[in-house]
Amino acid sequence: MTLHMTKTQKVLRFMGNNTVPILFLIICAFGIPLSGYSANYLISEVVVRIARNSFLIVSLLIPILAGMGLNFGMTLGAMAGQIGLIFISDWGIAGIPGMLLAMIISTPISVVLGWWCGKILNMAKGREMVTSYIIGFFMNGIYQLVVLYGMGAIIPIRSNALVLPRGYGIRNTVNLIGIRKSLDNLLTVRLFGIPVPLVTFAVIALLCLFVLWFKKTKLGQDMRAVGQDMEVARAAGIRVEHTRIVSIVISTVFAGYGMILYLQNIGTLNTYNSHMQIGMFSVAALLVGGATVAKANIRNVFLGVILFHLMFIVSPMAGKNLIGQAQLGEYFRVFVSYGVITISLVLYEVRKKRDQSLAGLVLAAEQEETV
Amino acid sequence: MNTEKLTSSVKGMMKSFGLPRIIIAVFLLVLFILAPFVGVNVGTSLSDTLNRFGMNAVMVLAMVPMIHSGCGLNFGLPLGIIAGLLGATISLQVNIPGPTSFLLAIVFATPFAVILGWGYGQLLNRVKGGEMMIATYVGFSSVAFMCIMWLLLPFSNPTMVWGYSGSGLRTTISVEGYYLHVLNDFLAIRLSDHLVIPTGMILFFALLAFVIWAFLHTKTGTAMTAVGSNPIFARASGINVDKVRTLSVVMSTWLGAMGILVYQQSFGFIQLYMGPFYMALPAVSAILIGGASVNKASILNVVVGTFLFQGIVTMTPSVMNSMIHTDMSEVIRIVVSNGMILYALTRKTEAVR
Repeated sequence: MTLHMTKTQKVLRFMGNNTVPILFLIICAFGIPLSGYSANYLISEVVVRIARNSFLIVSLLIPILAGMGLNFGMTLGAMAGQIGLIFISDWGIAGIPGMLLAMIISTPISVVLGWWCGKILNMAKGREMVTSYIIGFFMNGIYQLVVLYGMGAIIPIRSNALVLPRGYGIRNTVNLIGIRKSLDNLLTVRLFGIPVPLVTFAVIALLCLFVLWFKKTKLGQDMRAVGQDMEVARAAGIRVEHTRIVSIVISTVFAGYGMILYLQNIGTLNTYNSHMQIGMFSVAALLVGGATVAKANIRNVFLGVILFHLMFIVSPMAGKNLIGQAQLGEYFRVFVSYGVITISLVLYEVRKKRDQSLAGLVLAAEQEETV
Repeated sequence: MNTEKLTSSVKGMMKSFGLPRIIIAVFLLVLFILAPFVGVNVGTSLSDTLNRFGMNAVMVLAMVPMIHSGCGLNFGLPLGIIAGLLGATISLQVNIPGPTSFLLAIVFATPFAVILGWGYGQLLNRVKGGEMMIATYVGFSSVAFMCIMWLLLPFSNPTMVWGYSGSGLRTTISVEGYYLHVLNDFLAIRLSDHLVIPTGMILFFALLAFVIWAFLHTKTGTAMTAVGSNPIFARASGINVDKVRTLSVVMSTWLGAMGILVYQQSFGFIQLYMGPFYMALPAVSAILIGGASVNKASILNVVVGTFLFQGIVTMTPSVMNSMIHTDMSEVIRIVVSNGMILYALTRKTEAVR
């Protein structure tokens, strides 16, 4: 097979491989002028959202490396992070120590949940995504059981601000006043009048460096091998099942930390909702950045956060100015979030099939040559 | 010797029935036994269970064709529901009161179901092996897309649109005066004050179930089963695999549309916007509770599964509430239904297709 391509072919191929980001650029290009927001406002909003969401999205990268697709089970980590936050709110530990303690509490919960999730995903090879998606729903039931019925009844929670008037169960919204923006406000620099939370960015940069370093370690290479071909990896002496479980555990633990970072920026915890939406938004953002089910890197994360959240910020206003209904813009952004995931999943499957048939043709051609 | 034989046969039966199903059946039985002791009327409970069975059974039946053709569990049920909603809203717009409106809704829903189902089938043919995840998101994005459409479509019947702006459909629309309880009240048998059997609704389900059962025994139906169990063998024996799969998806989508219409006439309201969002999960878990697996399902699975699932959904709130004065039914419903789906997804034998 020759690999010479004309310029048009190259452009077409580039467009084909980056359909989703290009689609988003077009949406944003129409939406931004329609919304009428100033550039300054948009940039500061996007900076806030990069700080808020990137950590969560980076947590999705490692399972993709191990060939397990998009880890919708990251909601498990988010639940663990929220449980940590509930405890520190109850104990009244504020500021950075509070956040650290919440992370420490969340870690063992994340590890156990991630290990369990990995075990189940090993039983459902080939359909990891839909399984991890259902695991998220299933654990949401258990989470409700623990938080709505267990906390205050079996697990001691003393604070009246947290417990429902009936004496047990956590309230729908928990005010995280103690840790609100404690990391963001630690060191804020104003660049051109836009506040930039330096410490949060430093933490995210550290995580990115960790992921880059991790890909080069023995374990990271093992994961890549498992992701490419499980049977070959097994023949090479890699413990496939174990490696897959580890990748999910790492992802879950990071998702827990990411959730704590996310909620310290927001400042209130929607006890029974926050974690459910986060999986969908993170996955959509990553895909908007040009990632696929099988390939994702740090660049996709940041491009995705910027494009996805630009769309998110401008669409209600754009809808209002265009048709006179802000509600329309809100439905539009929900539609786009789900639509993007759908398109990415379909494109991935179609491309996989195309590559398979191409590989078959190449093999046939080679055999003909030898004969 | 004899007891050994007995235990082994019991074990075999348990294995074929599956442990989770036994647990759920026993749980439901215990709930029914406990009910009179905690002051819950068994007649009312049974009546409620039957009613909910009728409301949901057609949507559960919508799983059958796609499972048969190997397209997996139809997480894209919301697409069929949308076809049904379009039929319902157009029927109300035409504004012919009484039972005729129900027939009209069926007539109007059918072309939408066929067109949407055909497109959905074409899509699923291109993503073989990854159907379930994509089906989930096709369902979600179509619901979100229709949210926009419900606001924009030019409906004008004053019972349907927002009063103050005169445009855009309401989130819930009452079907009173149109087809409220048309099936429920048809030949309804009133055994006592508490126990009413909604004969018409169950007959409607029985009719559709019979049609599907008969269809699966025709030549095309057999071809569908063949495609589901071994697509390569099916292709070798001259079956157009993609065509059969598309047909199964169209059937599933149409049944989903019928399912929501039956649901509405009993429930009394058309739920638009985010209403159909999570409607696939209860239907999927119901058929799995009934003994179906990712690539095998029968009408019996539908009947047993819907009865067990809806029985638990009806009984847990009332019995639990009277027993411990807390409503844990929501949690139990989430854990049971999603646990059942997880169980089915992780069966080893079914992972290989």
